[in-house]
Amino acid sequence: MAPFDIAVIALILMFAPVILAPCCAGSRSLAIHLSFTMTAAASIAAVIAGILAVQHGVNTTAIVDMGLPDLPFHLRLDPLAGFFLCVIGLLAFFVSIYSIGYVKGFSANRSIVRFVIFYSLFIVGMFLVVLADDAFFFLVAWELMAASSYFLVMYEDEKAENRRAAYLYLVIAHVGAIAILLSFGVMAGLANGFESFQGYTFASMRATTYPLGWATAAFFLSFFGFAAKAGVIPLHVWLPEAHPVAPSNVSALMSGVMLKASIYGIIRITFDFLKVYPWWWGGIVLSLGLVSAVLGVLYALMQHDLKRLLAYHSVENIGIILIGLGLAMLFTSFHLPVLAALALIAALYHTLNHAMFKGLLFMGAGAVLHATHERNMEEMGGLIHKMPWTAVFFLIGCVSIAALPPFNGFVSEWLTFQAFLLSPALHRPILSLLIPLGAALLALTGALAAACFVKAFGVTFLGHWRGHASIQAVKEVDWHMRIGMLLAAITCFSLGIFPTVVINWMDILAEKLVGGKIATTAGKFGWMWLTPYAHERASYSSFNVFIGILSVVLVTYLLLHAKRTAIRRVPAWDCGFARTTSRMQYNATSFSMPIRRIFGPLFHIREESEAIQPVRHPAYPEKLRYRLRVRDRFWTWLYEPIGNVAFFVARLVGNLQQGRIQVYLIYSFVTIIVLLVFLG
Amino acid sequence: MIDFSSFMTEVLQLLILLLAAPAFTGWVKTVKCRMQGRTYAGIFQPYRDIAKLFSKEVILAENASWIFRFTPYIVFGVTVLIGGIIPLVSIDLPLADTADVIALVMLFAIIRFFTALAGMDIGTAFGGMGSSREMTISSLAEPAMLMALFTASLGANSTSLTHMVQVMAHGQFILRPSLAFALLSYIMVHLTETGRIPVDNPATHLELTMIHEAMILEYSGRHLALIEWAGMMKLFIYSALGIAIFCPWGIAATDDPSGMLLGGVFLTCKLAAGGVILVLIETGLAKVRLFRLTEYLGSAFLFATLGMLSFFILE
Repeated sequence: MAPFDIAVIALILMFAPVILAPCCAGSRSLAIHLSFTMTAAASIAAVIAGILAVQHGVNTTAIVDMGLPDLPFHLRLDPLAGFFLCVIGLLAFFVSIYSIGYVKGFSANRSIVRFVIFYSLFIVGMFLVVLADDAFFFLVAWELMAASSYFLVMYEDEKAENRRAAYLYLVIAHVGAIAILLSFGVMAGLANGFESFQGYTFASMRATTYPLGWATAAFFLSFFGFAAKAGVIPLHVWLPEAHPVAPSNVSALMSGVMLKASIYGIIRITFDFLKVYPWWWGGIVLSLGLVSAVLGVLYALMQHDLKRLLAYHSVENIGIILIGLGLAMLFTSFHLPVLAALALIAALYHTLNHAMFKGLLFMGAGAVLHATHERNMEEMGGLIHKMPWTAVFFLIGCVSIAALPPFNGFVSEWLTFQAFLLSPALHRPILSLLIPLGAALLALTGALAAACFVKAFGVTFLGHWRGHASIQAVKEVDWHMRIGMLLAAITCFSLGIFPTVVINWMDILAEKLVGGKIATTAGKFGWMWLTPYAHERASYSSFNVFIGILSVVLVTYLLLHAKRTAIRRVPAWDCGFARTTSRMQYNATSFSMPIRRIFGPLFHIREESEAIQPVRHPAYPEKLRYRLRVRDRFWTWLYEPIGNVAFFVARLVGNLQQGRIQVYLIYSFVTIIVLLVFLG
Repeated sequence: MIDFSSFMTEVLQLLILLLAAPAFTGWVKTVKCRMQGRTYAGIFQPYRDIAKLFSKEVILAENASWIFRFTPYIVFGVTVLIGGIIPLVSIDLPLADTADVIALVMLFAIIRFFTALAGMDIGTAFGGMGSSREMTISSLAEPAMLMALFTASLGANSTSLTHMVQVMAHGQFILRPSLAFALLSYIMVHLTETGRIPVDNPATHLELTMIHEAMILEYSGRHLALIEWAGMMKLFIYSALGIAIFCPWGIAATDDPSGMLLGGVFLTCKLAAGGVILVLIETGLAKVRLFRLTEYLGSAFLFATLGMLSFFILE
């Protein structure tokens, strides 16, 4: 069967629960099992289609006679679409299995059918975004994705916080969508004149060469639109609001793959349609990526809501992907296809990796939320004893995202570093000087991410339970959820151990998009050695790292346990004082306090403490109240002024509304007169 | 591609690492005591310390999880692996291609990550304090470290350690101002990462100033022995890595025994001198306050950046 047919099957299967779920609304359990089994099967089909499409470099197109008259829908499966289909399908598969367990935990008065319908439509929308081959259909799919995810964010709509987050999400998504629409308008107009609609297919946009001015307009409009959806700083504010309040399986999909639809859009428009561009475009993308990466991780460190923390890390990781894309664009504009291929592969590999580990981490956070009904890390601790499986999976996610070898996050960051270090090839002294500073910022990001995940894992799973509710009620999650997380964890590990296999598979993408390949398996160096560019330049073997560490650990363990050893368990030493309590532990806020102090000017911090009355002695208050609020600076810098201007304009316009019918009649009369004068 | 003689080089290298690391620590302590007018038990005392800890029973806090028990092994395992990658007496190592300098930095990050987690595991205030500080300081040290390594790698146009050493030791000798800056920066980061004065004091358990010791405060018996041994190897490795990158002359290019013997003699002399320099720095400086470390590590980063600037401007 051809990959395209499999993709169509995936679409149909994914759409089926929309019709089937309402039919079995009577039985909650049946609806859950049937729907999520179908979405899992559909996701697997999408993965197969994607893998085959990339493997064979297919290029299949189809026209569906739907849509408006004379504007049929075009579909196309090429390696780039196949790659993203594979990324989306893979995470959707894990999350669908996970959802069987997770959705059962929803309270009984919530409609499962409503959830299933929007869940399926959401994934269908993402599939169609990457398969669409004309501007019209792309925007329809884009809106399907945005609208259905809006309803999923709104799923628990009784809380005002959720409604507010969903509204903010909808506003920013639509501001972005308008920019994308305008960008397509520019490109379609240049492709085939502004008189007819014939330029709206991607094929004609691809065939056109654009004058620089218009190309710049099209690029920055679309980049703005996609950046708004991807959460690039400063357009990120919706992300830490919307992701935490959505159900965790939806957050996993939104953070793991929906943001990647924007990355797809940027790659499609930049490397496929526009193709030729000045170097400063790449410079701007690179700078925005660096800003997003560093600020994203710093804001993440300040959070104590587990899901909010993960949401800010999505901002960071989108930044890292943009760094790779920016470098690829820089190298392309200087006609260095092999280096561009290296940077592009780094970006795409990070796209895949981020989908996996962020999906895993959100599923883990969901499992914790499911078991403790708590998102606030200050109320957690010691969960490793109660939820050993979830703890292991979450730890694998943490290690992956903190870019530690031999897991997958490291491979893509390492490739990005290599791309950075090849920048002296640009032969522009100023770029050669500035770009390595970007590498230092990437190193800062990686180290801060490690700090953040020591905090996330340490505060949530280690130490003593801090919560007010009893820990006795906390139980490990059911096996559906565990299998979903297990599969994602295995994928993270495999992507880290076999990078050469994956890169060989996706080398065709770089060849098609930037015209270069990276030689990953050169000559005598087999699949074990990742040698981008050249062997003398740099090499890395995650397999050796893994086997090396494992064998030393095993040998040491066996040597030390050759004779029977005993371990004595005693209470931890409390320095001779009265018994220590769990409130004396370091918590999320105190853990990040040094970093908050060092990077203080980047945050909007309000900190106050007061002694609670009555105080017997002024030097020894019995109780203190400590308040800390850390906010994003961008709210006050950017969004509040915009909001204020919008309200001001609205008030001015509001003066027109007198509420008297006579006035409105006068308005109509004046309008008709004006129209007659000018158009008559 | 791995023949027997290079395999033996690898085994020899690991033996040198495991056995010589405590002696290096002992040497540093002895010189430090001489310099500060104290008496010391000789350079073999660390061996006796490790042996003593291995024979003691393990006392574990009640709520310690598997993370706490697993960490000493992973710390030890990663340290030994790193020791197998960096060239000590010969650059003909089969494991050398496993990781370039960037990957090496991230391998050290594994050690830090798990030590910090172990610090949080017991749930005492000291452990959390140590973890929080360690992660803060390292996140500032890592950019400086990578910048220093980038600057050093520019000359060889490669981040592969063997290649860098080869170009430096066996290529044409060029005086590089960029390397002087990179070396200064590397030494500052070295002091940070191995927990020496002015960043951390390895000899103290003074409650409010400790960083590394706070994280491993709850360890005992063989667990502590593994961590202490790995710590000694880390000091050895950081020193040997600095020698390999900035002063590799005398290292053997192949695996013939006489060259390696010569390489061993050179390494011993260089490490002995390096130990004295380390002690001079430690004795001459006072420990810096935690929040002044930003300036210290900021200047380390600045030196590395200056090195890079001078590479592009002068070389």
